[in-house]
Amino acid sequence: MQNLARQVLKQDIRAIARSISLIENETDITQKEVLIDTLHPHCGNAIVWGITGPPGAGKSCLLDRFIEHLRQDNKTVAVIAVDPSSPFSGGALLGDRLRMQKHATDDSVFIRSMASRGHLGGVAGATADAIKIFDAAGFNYVIIETIGVGQTEIEVMELSDIVLLVLVPGLGDEIQALKAGVMEIGDIFIINKKDLDGADRLKSEVEYVLSLKDSTESDSKHPICMTSATQNDGIGNALSQINSYFAGLRDDGRLAQKRKERIEKELKHIATTKIMASANRFLNIDQRLNGWVEEVFQKKVSPYKLLNKKIGDFLQEINWQ
Amino acid sequence: MMKKIRILIAKPGLDGHDRGAKYVARALKDAGYEVIYTGIRQTPDAIVKTAIQEDVDFIGLSLLSGAHNELFPKVVELLKSKNADDIIVFGGGVIPESDIPGLKENGIRAVFTPGTPIKDIIAYIESAK
Repeated sequence: MQNLARQVLKQDIRAIARSISLIENETDITQKEVLIDTLHPHCGNAIVWGITGPPGAGKSCLLDRFIEHLRQDNKTVAVIAVDPSSPFSGGALLGDRLRMQKHATDDSVFIRSMASRGHLGGVAGATADAIKIFDAAGFNYVIIETIGVGQTEIEVMELSDIVLLVLVPGLGDEIQALKAGVMEIGDIFIINKKDLDGADRLKSEVEYVLSLKDSTESDSKHPICMTSATQNDGIGNALSQINSYFAGLRDDGRLAQKRKERIEKELKHIATTKIMASANRFLNIDQRLNGWVEEVFQKKVSPYKLLNKKIGDFLQEINWQ
Repeated sequence: MMKKIRILIAKPGLDGHDRGAKYVARALKDAGYEVIYTGIRQTPDAIVKTAIQEDVDFIGLSLLSGAHNELFPKVVELLKSKNADDIIVFGGGVIPESDIPGLKENGIRAVFTPGTPIKDIIAYIESAK
């Protein structure tokens, strides 16, 4: 595994690809943990963007244009494009890279399609660790393209330095934009398909909603950019807005703060998962569940009483204060 | 978690007839595989680089223009040159029966011609994975 990590650090394409499969498949947890821990000291140099927005907003096409511009600046780019897995078959049709396929032969662009595999939140369970692999491998930019989102798929916020929220005209009025959820996580708002009717109106609605929000916030204003990805219009401007917003984050310490919050979430997540796993092992929850279901169903016991007792017994047994 | 089989469905060459490729991609998704679809007019180089980045187990090539004898073996050859010939290549499309033995000699492990029931393709993947 040390060997695989070494190859990742040398930017070996196959090693990077296989590392991502390793964390996706979780066939060997120890291997995965050693890999991530070995790469950890080499992380933190990449700029991580999240691109999110409703299905069909043009996320992949925009990303294709951004890659074009970033490559002109000689930046290396890794993309993690997430699409949903079928809840019925478990299969997935991963089609985001179709829009970016002109970069397929560019060795400085690495595009990886990722199925959500049942994970909610707009990304996959393996996305966070995949970012680390690309970061450690030295990519200048790591860009996560989420599943086409509705209102609450906001996990990308916890993974990226900057969230680009892509909106298009015709999806509703300003009340939609006032609601909690995805509208709150955008750092940069990109109104794509700006040639369509209603794009200017959408821009003023977003400005209006942000003005209600920005008056109560001390941090910098959220830029709103107008683009047409298919016509390659407004991309350069959007990119320079993104770059200066990022520079602002970095210079006033908010970037470090964000990244610490990311680590906090990650540690909590690992702790919860591991504690759950060992508690499961001790309590044999899976095996005992059927019996418990029967007792609760027949009203012999109520759910909280049952589990408080079982967990109490368990904690006493292992002598946990 | 179980290892998921990943399959790249790609169309090399210049024909734009992608209905077959899309049908197979969709059917393989419904069979529980993770399918990456790249669209039409891909060069063998782009297909091989995509397959390696996506760490796929199989590449399914679809071609209806008649260039299969050139392009299918080219994909296999490029995979070999990148030490990635553990990726299994199969093909489909309008391919004359008489060309199939030659393709198989050149490393195309299975060829599915028009009218093949999708269950035959799935059975092949299950036996070869």
